[in-house]
Amino acid sequence: MEDILSAKEISSDTSETTRRIREEPRRRSKVSIKGVNAWFGSKQALKNINLEIEENTATAFMGPSGCGKTTLIRCLNRMHEMTPGAKAKGQVILDGIDIYDKSIDPVIIKRRIGMVFQKPNPFPTMSIFDNVAAGLKLNGIKDKKLIREIVEESLEGAGLWEEVKNELDKPGMGLSGGQQQRLCIARALAMQPEILLMDEPTSALDPLASSKIEELVHKLKKDLTIIIVTHNMQQAARVADRAAFMYLGEMIEYGFTKQIFQNPEQELTERFVSGKFG
Amino acid sequence: MLILVAFAVGEGALPIFSAEGFQFVIRTDWNAVYGRESFGALPYIIGTLLSSAIAMAIGVPISLGIAIFVTEMASHRISTPLSFVVELLAAVPSIIYGLWALFVFRFWVRDLIERPLYEHLNWIPFFDKTPFGLDIFTAGIVLSIMIIPIISSITREILLVVPNSQREAAYSLGATRWGTLKTAIFPYAKSGILGASFLGLGRAIGETILVTMIIGNAIGPAAIPTTLFSQGQSLASLIANEFNEAASDLHLSALIGLGAILLLLSMIINIGARFMVSRMVKVVPGGRE
Repeated sequence: MEDILSAKEISSDTSETTRRIREEPRRRSKVSIKGVNAWFGSKQALKNINLEIEENTATAFMGPSGCGKTTLIRCLNRMHEMTPGAKAKGQVILDGIDIYDKSIDPVIIKRRIGMVFQKPNPFPTMSIFDNVAAGLKLNGIKDKKLIREIVEESLEGAGLWEEVKNELDKPGMGLSGGQQQRLCIARALAMQPEILLMDEPTSALDPLASSKIEELVHKLKKDLTIIIVTHNMQQAARVADRAAFMYLGEMIEYGFTKQIFQNPEQELTERFVSGKFG
Repeated sequence: MLILVAFAVGEGALPIFSAEGFQFVIRTDWNAVYGRESFGALPYIIGTLLSSAIAMAIGVPISLGIAIFVTEMASHRISTPLSFVVELLAAVPSIIYGLWALFVFRFWVRDLIERPLYEHLNWIPFFDKTPFGLDIFTAGIVLSIMIIPIISSITREILLVVPNSQREAAYSLGATRWGTLKTAIFPYAKSGILGASFLGLGRAIGETILVTMIIGNAIGPAAIPTTLFSQGQSLASLIANEFNEAASDLHLSALIGLGAILLLLSMIINIGARFMVSRMVKVVPGGRE
């Protein structure tokens, strides 16, 4: 929030460079995406994407349907290649390590990078508690006390604890859509990820539930790096520090959210953010 | 229809139940000689249950394995022909399996499985009998081959409807393939897989001609299997064996009585399966997408 506020104070005649420097201190690069291409069968979904994502920021990928924004986010935790016929090439460097390196186990990568999906997908047979604990149990953590602590912490982190603390044994499917989505966020947080990928997390939710998720993004980015895919421009403007505009599998423009919305460099971006297409 | 059948079977079985009472179910002798008639169904109930249990013990894990391999692991190029072949197995008439088992397969079972087990593990009572090849164990194995196509193809359909979002939920938590199966896929598909297994069990219990050819057709107390390699008899196979030569009314009624027990048995299994499935579905409110 602060970054956007401070940006407002800057007078319009400040040059681009000083604006960048004054807007916020340079943060450490968390993920750098280098020359990523992705395919579904023979159809190319991503064309040579290059991007730096900084630590403790929220970055929004936006663009019209089919522009590749979901594919890109799914390339960042190697989920894309799980789809039959899909493949990805290029480098995604997480803290200096290329996650597409041959020596890297994709399973380990997913433990460091959490993911929340378009539709809430809690495990239907499990209780609220077990849903959050699922990742811990999958990774062989057996200490009951530790699991309990992390579950409580994660539910608190996802802003759900107060609502469910007395019904942890009830099935997760009994919650409302927005609560289910926050349950899924808690499930991802329980793994203590460094990055949280959110693939249109509010597209199936009502406005109130959506705003709760957006508040969460603001809160969570203090501890981790968030990348959020959205087709909702207002949402991108509200939650993201950086925004990337994609079109037909290409990265058209990437920069500070403010700049993308108010002073885009590309005409295509301008037309998209002003609602002329998409 | 079911009521009509049940009524006819019940009526036919009435004389034997009025002559022997409940004793019919728990007695072991079987004597059809006129004047010295006595009939007990226990050995055949055991034979039916044991051969089906062996079939399930072998068939269910293999079926699950096939279904998991086809849906979760194999590429399209392998999975499509494989599931086609497995389903083709379901189209083979059981008499063909019976002939093959009688002339070929039972020697394989005897020489490759039963003999080594007997020679090395005969201190375990299950295996302590010189194997002959026509016995409860072979019948169970052949039955399992017969039920594998059914169970595996239904299980495959069930796994295919598990939504991808469930798989991805597990994968995104850093689950391995096995972890995903255990956490996301099995719990979701559990009730359906159970239903598929019981469908296979129903088939195994009622299977007649195949079992008649393989099981050894023992009669009376000798038909109580003391080892896995004993000759036995199932309810259905005994009916098939003796129906043509049933001389007295009481003998005929005894055979129909076996049919009544068989009918009851498969009803119990079916209702039990439905009960278990519905109870599991209740645990998952709105679990289906």
